Amino acid sequence: MEKTRIDTRFAACKAENRAALVGFITAGDPDLDTSLEIFKALPKAGVDVIELGMPFSDPMAEGVPIQLATQRALAGGHTMAKTFDMVRAFRKEDNETPIILMGYYNPIYVRDPKAFVKDAKEAGVDGMIVVDVPPEHDDELCIPAREAGVNFIRLATPTTDEKRLPKVLENTSGFVYYVSVTGITGTGALDADKVAIAVKSIKDHTDLPVAVGFGVKTPEQAEAIGRNADGVVVGSVLVNAIKDSLDADGKATDKTVSAVTDIVKGLADGCKRAKA
Amino acid sequence: MTDPTTLPNSVSQGPDDRGFFGIYGGRFVSETLMPLILDLDKAYREAKEDPEFHKELAKLHKDYVGRQSPLYFAERLTEHLGGAKIYLKREELNHTGSHKINNCLGQILLAKRMGKTRIIAETGAGQHGVATATVCARFGFPCEVYMGATDVERQAPNVFRMNLLGGVVHPVTAGAGTLKDAMNEALRDWVTNVADTYYIIGTAAGPHPYPAMVRDFQSIIGQETKEQMLAAEGRLPDMLCACLGGGSNAIGLFHPFLDDKDVQIVGVEAAGYGLDTDEHCASLNAGKPGVLHGNRTYLLQDDDGQILEGHSISAGLDYPGIGPEHSFLRDSGRVEYVSATDTEALEAFQLLCQTEGIIPALESSHAIAEVIKRAPTMDKDQIIVVNLSGRGDKDVNTVSKFLGKGSLAE
Repeated sequence: MEKTRIDTRFAACKAENRAALVGFITAGDPDLDTSLEIFKALPKAGVDVIELGMPFSDPMAEGVPIQLATQRALAGGHTMAKTFDMVRAFRKEDNETPIILMGYYNPIYVRDPKAFVKDAKEAGVDGMIVVDVPPEHDDELCIPAREAGVNFIRLATPTTDEKRLPKVLENTSGFVYYVSVTGITGTGALDADKVAIAVKSIKDHTDLPVAVGFGVKTPEQAEAIGRNADGVVVGSVLVNAIKDSLDADGKATDKTVSAVTDIVKGLADGCKRAKA
Repeated sequence: MTDPTTLPNSVSQGPDDRGFFGIYGGRFVSETLMPLILDLDKAYREAKEDPEFHKELAKLHKDYVGRQSPLYFAERLTEHLGGAKIYLKREELNHTGSHKINNCLGQILLAKRMGKTRIIAETGAGQHGVATATVCARFGFPCEVYMGATDVERQAPNVFRMNLLGGVVHPVTAGAGTLKDAMNEALRDWVTNVADTYYIIGTAAGPHPYPAMVRDFQSIIGQETKEQMLAAEGRLPDMLCACLGGGSNAIGLFHPFLDDKDVQIVGVEAAGYGLDTDEHCASLNAGKPGVLHGNRTYLLQDDDGQILEGHSISAGLDYPGIGPEHSFLRDSGRVEYVSATDTEALEAFQLLCQTEGIIPALESSHAIAEVIKRAPTMDKDQIIVVNLSGRGDKDVNTVSKFLGKGSLAE
């Protein structure tokens, strides 16, 4: 398939000798306007690739931080149409930062997968991560996404053994997302040595960049992971910062955007140090 | 009776190798779980071919559960309704008080074969949780059960039973705190503890092979019914009737009869406050196809694909989805799916108490409610079999509250 902004950005990070920082926020969290403001502020703070979470009522792979972010967004009346609106608004100002939509299959399925990937591409989306569509069901979403020019980024996990890995990688494009722990987002103790071995094993099977996520919280962890990986994914730590910045009624404050960007700056420095 | 394998138009042959019944089913899980699901599929296929597995299960059915469960002619209920003869398949007489034990025994034997050392489960009414805690005690496994906080409250006796049996109950506060949320949390536990943990799903839903496997373990209900009915009446029944939450007791009764074209089959969903409100759990009657908890099936959801919280007086039916084989049987037209409201279920509950001296579970009362509508319109030589899937001891507090009786003490 044709090159996407994701391919270009990972190549650029490699040329600049740093790990790419992949940052996740949930669309519509804590409200549409603030969420859009955070979204737009991420590249300047140091995020190289943005993962925008599509809120779903039953986020089975998420830990409490992203569950709560999802609930805040849905309580505010967030919809898929508003997620696309956010992407379009972002693209008016930034035509280079890659955007990945991340979420679960049902909200896509009810819209019709083919129509969804077409709309996503037109809005300016570069890639998708859909947690509950494994390679066994590639025909449903992964192949249509590729045909529409949208990278379908697959998760590889500690339970993906050598025998299964080729199947996971088969139709993957953009990059490979290695899940560093067996578990849900935002939990688990990160073991940089084990991750390094897993990343090497994936790289033996593919030329795609490998980004590592689930459980990265500090600049030091980003640095340690970034030494062996091409990218570092952070999410729960950012949505927790949003939560902690809210007032007693759960509304955004003037500190909400900076709460996220401050953390991003530290993590971006960690990613730079990783390859220094 | 006909041999399904010779029928070109059989509806009983699913699922295919990828776990699909028509377009329903499949394996929509995260990558972390996928290798496990494939292992489970392999282990189950091997167990199915192993006579020793069946022998062990049959012995447990007989000596531990008390099978076979009686097929009982409900004479006074039949007289009262004045139409078709009504037989009750007495699954409520099983050890632990419902059909749930059939599935749990099969799955615990499989967990043992697979070398797993820890068991988790989700539960709604608590019947599956109790059955799981029971088999864990019997086979010496640690057991953790996820149960919605709302259900923990309305099914308190079952929580205590699980504790007595050594099960640890985790109340789930996410969402409305009912079965759907309990299942999310069980899946989160599973994905975190994949190496040693076996997840005993309580209904014929979830990623392949669960829908087929749970159906197979529950099909003993229909197989026994067929034999018992032939012995009692010398022929097959005219109609089968069962309630549906996830649909395991229903598919267990229905499946052995799917290719018997003259047997009419009726499934009863929970209509809660009514299908004209948002407060019901009738996914086949009022939902649309979607993907949740590892399978494609009919779901209660909004236009944006967000799953809705259902409502039913019966905690065991309070689920916005349905086993995928039922979705297939709905679309194929083989099974008719109707619904009964909370009020109708409560009336049926009382009628069975008064006419037969049997306190049914509120879940099963939905099936009785449909029989109350149908039997009087049928001839006296026609026969209905209704699956009495559980006993109602756990529900007496709920019923007392709804009937305005206040305290249980006279």
